[in-house]
Amino acid sequence: MKKTPERLLLAHGSGGRLTHELVTGTFLPALENPILSSLSDAAILPELPPGRPALTTDGFVVDPPVFAGGDLGYLSVCGTVNDLAVAGARPLWLTWALILEEGADGDLISTCAEGTARAAAEAGIQIVAGDTKVVPRGKGDRIYAVTAGLGVVPPGREISDTRIENGDLVIASGPLGDHGATIMATRHGLDTGELTSDCAPVSGLIESVFEAGIDIHSMHDPTRGGVLTVCNEVADRSGKRIILTETSIPFRPQVRAVCEVLGLEILGLACEGRVLAWVPGGQAERALEAFRKHPAGREAAIFARVESSTDGEIPVVMETEVGSTRPLDMLSGTDLPRIC
Amino acid sequence: MCLAIPMVLKERSEMEGVVELDGIRRTISLMLLPDAEVGEHVLIHAGYAIGSVNADEAAQTLELLREYADNMVDL
Amino acid sequence: MSEAPELRDPKTIAGLIREIATVSEGVGRKVTLMEVCGTHTHAVAAAGLRQMLPPGVRLISGPGCPVCVTPVDFLDRALALADLDATTVCTFGDLMRVPSSLSSLEKAHATGKPIEIVYSPRDALLLARENPDRRVVFLGIGFETTAPTIAAAVAEAEADGVDNFLILPGNKVMPPPMRALVEDRELKVDGFLLPGHVSVLTGWECFRFLAEDYGVPGAVVGFSPADVMRGVADLLRQVRSDKAEITNLYSRVVSSQGNQVAARLVDHYFEPVATSWRGFGEIPDSGLGLRSRFAHRDASRIEVELPSPHEPLGCACGDVLRGVIDPPECALFGTACQPATPVGACMVSSEGTCAAWYRHERLTGATK
Repeated sequence: MKKTPERLLLAHGSGGRLTHELVTGTFLPALENPILSSLSDAAILPELPPGRPALTTDGFVVDPPVFAGGDLGYLSVCGTVNDLAVAGARPLWLTWALILEEGADGDLISTCAEGTARAAAEAGIQIVAGDTKVVPRGKGDRIYAVTAGLGVVPPGREISDTRIENGDLVIASGPLGDHGATIMATRHGLDTGELTSDCAPVSGLIESVFEAGIDIHSMHDPTRGGVLTVCNEVADRSGKRIILTETSIPFRPQVRAVCEVLGLEILGLACEGRVLAWVPGGQAERALEAFRKHPAGREAAIFARVESSTDGEIPVVMETEVGSTRPLDMLSGTDLPRIC
Repeated sequence: MCLAIPMVLKERSEMEGVVELDGIRRTISLMLLPDAEVGEHVLIHAGYAIGSVNADEAAQTLELLREYADNMVDL
Repeated sequence: MSEAPELRDPKTIAGLIREIATVSEGVGRKVTLMEVCGTHTHAVAAAGLRQMLPPGVRLISGPGCPVCVTPVDFLDRALALADLDATTVCTFGDLMRVPSSLSSLEKAHATGKPIEIVYSPRDALLLARENPDRRVVFLGIGFETTAPTIAAAVAEAEADGVDNFLILPGNKVMPPPMRALVEDRELKVDGFLLPGHVSVLTGWECFRFLAEDYGVPGAVVGFSPADVMRGVADLLRQVRSDKAEITNLYSRVVSSQGNQVAARLVDHYFEPVATSWRGFGEIPDSGLGLRSRFAHRDASRIEVELPSPHEPLGCACGDVLRGVIDPPECALFGTACQPATPVGACMVSSEGTCAAWYRHERLTGATK
């Protein structure tokens, strides 16, 4: 029998009886595994498989915390699992810390705990340590989460922007911007119908592409700042030029519609369950096939290519559908809905 | 200066309407376009329908544009 | 897409460009066309249309971005209102980063001031209904397209007795500054791409004076690449044959008389007032003020303490808006003034001339 409180009290973060009840009544039943259930001060992990350990951390603050296709808990696992996966690591263990606002709805907390458990199961990882704090009402926004993740990059695997070569092609694992469009639409009172966030772990998809023998040079998950930010950062780090083809970039019609209605830059929308992969031109078709074979990559598409960069050239450009070439810069600041 | 998007009026009740574009719906006001009919394409700006899309005129424009494209094919 | 694929079809665009090139050769001199609508500026940049035009056609941007032409004292007043007790200021996202004399709405928001971004004046009205103990002030910016939506929100507030809903009137109308433009001797414009969505409300006839009194042709156009290119072709044809007419190429939404229901609503609540434009100074009858019988809705009548208006030093927004210079000719462009740290208003709005230029065309010279 789960015992989630109706509303969070400051005492739920005091370390006393209520904290204990919250942990054993809500979090443990959802996240159950032997390491976590020992409730020791630190998780003692088994020995790592061969390879180089990879460690990452991320904070999650999303308004609204529950959205079509996910919730803050689900997102907090996907975000960290995906950061490990795009670095070439196999994710193994995560820690999970919650910062809750006094008065936060108990149902919201159990929804997020269940979302966390679901994402952990899908990604095949365990939550091995956790923490809960409660801040006074008004000092936070309902629920924040911080996760850290540990994984291992298998021997011989090297994912780096410095490996990107002229002639590489760039694959998007699926339609872009679903997550960002869903969040913005919900925030501004649009009914998104069948559109849901793309939020999902991508570790399984990436492993399947490695298994197909593809020599992925580099990978990124286009979260904040979307394709615009990733491509500009990659161009900067690799010293290469990236050329996008507008008609090949996969976007759902609903995502285009949200951007038109709210006046948002579609290329700047965040994804939480997509990968952009730089692969050798000669392997691109095989790589695309490998992506599409996995359920999470069915709608994968090649949308950009890499060329050498010379001084004074714009690092990232898009060949538009009308036949012109347009420079692509990062977004400057938050993309706010506009009327003009 | 003004973003305005054509959307289809799906429902209306009094001066409120629901408009849709590719599966995305939004509630808007019809105060500036009180005679709008369900099924019509209307132009939406800042939460209000501000004008109707004239289907005949739209068809004529497209016809004219297709001629430009056809002329290019002839080349 | 919300509109037909023909409007973005590369073959159609190629056909239009071929026609533009032919007519441009026939004119035999460089022709300067001005779009006066920020959404046109944006559309041109997003589709990379400017670089597709032949060298004989120069396309410049005029005063059509409401954010860019809103003077600094409007922002100062908005910020002063946000300082008052029990007062929430609501704004379109567009205004958030515009510099005021000493700060900006975004910076004030960061210090905890009650400033809310809304998508519609109705959202602000809803906020007023939900918070009867607070005064909710909506920042009324925009042109003829937006003014009726604000009038409609005021009408609803009047009908339902939502007494805590106020507006800070800052709406502007296009014909007076366009007259100022064509009377400006420094400026040499051969034709205007006229604002499509303003014309949905006003009807295209309100621009006839450009052709009839000043001999400058105009074309009302929509916002797709094909719409814009058709407008360019039409204006070039007019220049070549020495004609000056106002053509309506956006007839699928624009009529001769516009939206009369909206016009009556605006007229009921607003009256023409002199207002000042960045770069132009004060222009008679170019703004909309609330009529005195609606003084209780008018946040500009609330007494607040204002700093002395301070326009940033060296900023050439004024010249950019009048089309006298291109953004890179401003000493601050791309250095002190960038989208992330805008000095002038034209860099703030993503459709501001300088921002659009920075984002899409900053380096195009190098790509050619």
